[in-house]
Amino acid sequence: MSGMRYEAPNSVDEAVKLLADANGAARILAGGTDLLVQLRAGMIDPGVVVNIKNISETHGIAADGGAFCIGATVSGAEMGEDAALSAAWPGVVEGAELIGSTQIQGRATMAGNLCNASPAADSVPALIAAGATCTVVGPDGQREVSVADIPTGPGQNSLGNGEFVLNIKLPARPANASDAYLRMIPRTEMDIAIVGAAVNLVLDGDGTCTEACVVLGAVGPKTITVADAAAALVGSKVDEAALAAVAAAASAAATPIDDKRGTVAYRTKVAGVLASRAAAIAAERARS
Amino acid sequence: MAKHHITTTINGEEAEYLCEPQETLLDVLRDEVGLTGTKEGCSSGDCGACSVMLDGRLVCSCLVLGVEAQGKTVETIEGMADGEVLHPLQQKFLEEAALQCGYCTPGVLIAAKALLDINNDPTETEVRYWLAGNLCRCTGYDKIIRAVMDTAADMRGA
Repeated sequence: MSGMRYEAPNSVDEAVKLLADANGAARILAGGTDLLVQLRAGMIDPGVVVNIKNISETHGIAADGGAFCIGATVSGAEMGEDAALSAAWPGVVEGAELIGSTQIQGRATMAGNLCNASPAADSVPALIAAGATCTVVGPDGQREVSVADIPTGPGQNSLGNGEFVLNIKLPARPANASDAYLRMIPRTEMDIAIVGAAVNLVLDGDGTCTEACVVLGAVGPKTITVADAAAALVGSKVDEAALAAVAAAASAAATPIDDKRGTVAYRTKVAGVLASRAAAIAAERARS
Repeated sequence: MAKHHITTTINGEEAEYLCEPQETLLDVLRDEVGLTGTKEGCSSGDCGACSVMLDGRLVCSCLVLGVEAQGKTVETIEGMADGEVLHPLQQKFLEEAALQCGYCTPGVLIAAKALLDINNDPTETEVRYWLAGNLCRCTGYDKIIRAVMDTAADMRGA
């Protein structure tokens, strides 16, 4: 990293030009909690680092008619301090707030967590369950992309040359809707998930589930959206039978690795347990 | 590669330094500015020894580039005492021997102050989770947690 340049452009256009001109040799700096570790470890040797924090469009959390637009440089701590966002999307916020320590929370961003594309990224399952989209800017202008389409495999994302994520958008919610995210880690705090499970659901006035999405993290190279688990919730009162079916479907869908942090059998079992617990929590939040 | 000329505010005073693009704020504080109270532990954001406040946010200075401090405010352990008068947390850590080798202590103090500045009545659980990013290999944490709780109690009573 001896020849590394540092740029802190003030506009999207300048940033796109810097990134495009670098032709793949650039890295984006938002929270920096992955980037600086990778720099230090010699995993990457970028020609230029482009800090996007001076671009006003990457700042702040904007609420608009029940929907939210979260800038790419908004930290986990800022999300947790936003009462409206935390009330509407508690699962998304708890996923983001599980990333690292208090120190990391002051810097780490959801957009960075998404683009870094770790299979165990804590903020990603709940974003996908929420149906979140993101604005990607690049040399050809801007496009709206499903968050689910950004990570393509461990450490890999679908962004083209010169592109970066400008913001993440959460849709407006109907009444009686909520979400939840749970993860399993070998310690009690500050560790990487061996299983993550997010559930987003909508109930009708009688408490019957009308829409659901169940997404697993850390049990495959990418997140896994478990359609069978969602199908088990829809039409149910999110009762014990439905939750048991969610657990069975989540365990059946999990394709985890086997390592010192957790065996295949353990991760598979826990995927079901967490998915059913997250569904129960989301339903409880939706009822209240 | 040309060095960047950075102007910033450190512990309430204007400061300027030259730094390479890849140098971290931790490197700069210690090697350019001469404030060696901030310690380098893991340099990967895991141990919290390098904790400082950046524009009012608790961060690991090893995960911030020196160039990013342009126009910002940085608070380090050197700015914690008021002249010769120790901050109540520093005083309590001494009285209750909440340190052994002391290497993690500047980071712990900065992090604990950040908590007490927003919450002067934390539960023990809140203190433990807030300080989970500050590793200590000597004390077993109990004395640290107790000192923070006792400081908070004193500050509430004052």
